[in-house]
Amino acid sequence: MSAPAEWTPPLIQDEVDALKDKPGALLPILHAIQDRVGFIPDAAVPIIAESLGLTRAEVHGVISFYHHFRTARPGSHVVRICRAEACQAVGARALEAHAKASLEVDYHQTTRDQEITLEAVYCLGNCACGPSVCVDDRVHGRVTPETFDRLVDDLRTAPLEVK
Amino acid sequence: MMVRVFVPRDTTAQAMGADEVADRLTAEADARGLEITLTRNGSRGLAWLEPLIEVETEAGRMAYGPVAVEDVADLLDAGLLEGTAEHPLAQGLTEAIPYLAHQQRLTFARIGVTDPLSIADYLAHDGFHGLETALTLDTQAIVDEVKTSGLRGRGGAAFPTGIKWQTVHDTPSDQKYIVCNADEGDSGTFADRLAMECDPYMLIEGMAIAGLAVGATQGYIYLRSEYPLAHRILDEAIERAEQAGYLGADIRGSGRRFDLEVRLGAGAYICGEETSLLESLEGKRGMVRYKPPLPAIEGLFGRPTVVNNVLSLAAIPYILAHGGQAYADYGMGRSRGTLALQLAGNVKRGGLVELAFGTTLRELMEDFGGGTFTERPLRAVQVGGPLCAYLPESQWDMPLDYETFAGVGAGIGHGGVVMFDDTVDMAQQARFSMEFCKVESCGKCTPCRIGSTRGVEVIDRILADQDRDANLELLDELCETMEDGSLCAMGGMTPFPVKSVMTHFPDDLQR
Repeated sequence: MSAPAEWTPPLIQDEVDALKDKPGALLPILHAIQDRVGFIPDAAVPIIAESLGLTRAEVHGVISFYHHFRTARPGSHVVRICRAEACQAVGARALEAHAKASLEVDYHQTTRDQEITLEAVYCLGNCACGPSVCVDDRVHGRVTPETFDRLVDDLRTAPLEVK
Repeated sequence: MMVRVFVPRDTTAQAMGADEVADRLTAEADARGLEITLTRNGSRGLAWLEPLIEVETEAGRMAYGPVAVEDVADLLDAGLLEGTAEHPLAQGLTEAIPYLAHQQRLTFARIGVTDPLSIADYLAHDGFHGLETALTLDTQAIVDEVKTSGLRGRGGAAFPTGIKWQTVHDTPSDQKYIVCNADEGDSGTFADRLAMECDPYMLIEGMAIAGLAVGATQGYIYLRSEYPLAHRILDEAIERAEQAGYLGADIRGSGRRFDLEVRLGAGAYICGEETSLLESLEGKRGMVRYKPPLPAIEGLFGRPTVVNNVLSLAAIPYILAHGGQAYADYGMGRSRGTLALQLAGNVKRGGLVELAFGTTLRELMEDFGGGTFTERPLRAVQVGGPLCAYLPESQWDMPLDYETFAGVGAGIGHGGVVMFDDTVDMAQQARFSMEFCKVESCGKCTPCRIGSTRGVEVIDRILADQDRDANLELLDELCETMEDGSLCAMGGMTPFPVKSVMTHFPDDLQR
C-alpha cells in the first residue's frame, strides 16, 4: 500500500475536477480522495459541494451514510475482521474478542501507537475459508487468534520503505 | 520441455497463500533449471483445496492441493512437473475430482480453466459466441430467447429476467441503462466474486447482450468496495474488450454501441437493494425508493433500466449461444436452469457447486460438503443470506427450488449455504440478525429503522430472563410489524431468520 499523501485544498480540488463531469460523480470523487489521503478531511466537504452544486449537508449526508468512508486519519494499517454469519460459524466471535483485547481497541478505533485501525466488515466473500481478516487490501483465510497475532506483529515490525 | 503450471489468483486462493506458492514455485524451478510456464488462472471453486496447483500433462490437468509454500520443494522432488500421482497432495485429474465431476456447470464452465484476462482463452472456450449470435437477431428475438430460458433473477428475488427485459425494451426513451448488481453482500456468498475474478468477459458479454436486447448503450457494474481484486480484474477486462471491439461505439463492426464502467459501492449492504443501488449510482445516500415506478420504467437518472444480478447476466451468454431451451432443460417446476450454490461457514469441503435446481440440501451438505469442518454434528443451516431462515434437520430433505423454499417461509436468495455445528447458540444468531439490520438499515421506514433496534433490546431481555414469555410474544409481534410494514426486503425479511429460531430452535431462547 502506498503511503497516503498529505492533503491540501488544491489536491482535493484536483481529484474533484478530474471526476466531476461523470454522471453521479460524488461516490467516485469520495473514493478518489480517500484512496489518495486515507480519509475524507472535513475541509474537503465545502470544496466538493461547491464544485458539484450541492449543499454541504448533502455531501456530509453521503459521507456519513456509507461505512467505507472515514473522516479521521486511520492508523498506518487498517485491519478489518469479518463479523458475518459464515465466519461466525467457524469462530469469528472469539476472534473478534481476541483482536479487541489484544489491540486494546474497539471497532473504528486506532491503537495507541497509531499503527492499526480496527474495523468490522460484513463479508469479504471468502466464506468457505473463514474466519476472514482483511489487512489493508489483502484477505487472509482460516485466521485463528494465533495467526492474527502473527499478522499484527508483521505489520508492526515491517521495515519502513526508504524513498 | 516447457511445462505449463497453473496457480489460481482469486481472492480465496490468495487468502490461502497462492501468491507465495507461485513465487516459491518460480524460484524453485529457477534454482533447479526447470522450465515452467506459470499461468495465474481463476479458481475452480474448490475452495477447500486452495491453493490448488494444476500441471498440464498429456492425460489432462493434474491437481494438487491444498499446497502450502513449504510443500513446493517436496512436490517438485516427487515429480510435480511430470504430473505424479504419488504425493499426499495429489488429487488426480482435476476434472475427475468428484466434487467437480458431479456438477452441472453451465455458467461456471470456464472458471479456473482459463486465464481470466485472456481474450484468446475466452474465445477458445465458447466465449463471445452468445454475443455473436445476438448480433444476428432482432431485439425482440433476444428477449424471447431469455424468456424461453425461464431464467429468474439470481440475486434473490427470482423475478423472471425476460419479463424485466421486455418492459425496458417496450419503454421508449432517449437513453436506457443496464446496471449489474455486483453488491454481493450476503454472508456465505461468493459466486459473483468468482464470476468476476475468474471469468470477467462472461459478465461483459452478458451485459452487452442485454444492451443490444433493450436498446441500452451504457452499462454500469455496481461493485462492492470489499472486492478490490474483482475491481482491478474487471477494469482491465473492460479495457481489453474495448480494444478487441466487444465493447464501445461499434461492437464487432455492427454499428451498435455499448459502453461499460465499474462503479464502486462503499460498504453499505442496503445498496444491494435495486432502488437503493440506483440512488447510490446517482451519487446519493443509498435510500430505498418507493415502487412504483419500477426501475424498468424509471430507473437510473429516471430512465428505463435493467437491474440484474451478476449471475443473471452471467447466464445470458450460454442462453444466447445454445438457445433458451437448452438452459430450460435443466431444473424443476418453475425454477429453470442451474443454481450456483456456495457452501460456506462450518463445512469441510466448501466452495462453489453449480447444479440444476432440485438437489436436496442434505445431498449438497453431505455429498459435496462432507459435513462440518469441525467434524461435529451439523445443527443448523442458513440458506440465502442474512435475511433468510435458519433450517433445522427436518427441512434438509427439501429440494432446492424457489417455490418449495418459499412454501415453508425460507428462501434460496443468492444461493449461499452457511452451515453451523452443534456449538452454535441460535439465540445469538437471532440477535445478530436484528443487529445487522440495525447497522445496515437505510433508515427510510420506521419498522426497519426502529424495529431492528427494539429487536436487539427485546432479545437481550429474553436472554436475561426478564419477563421472558411476554417478551417472546412482543418479539413475535415486532417481527410481524417489520414484515408487513417495511419498505423493502431489509426490514421485511430480517424477521425470517429470527422467527425460524423461535420456531425451530426455541430451547436456545429459554436458557
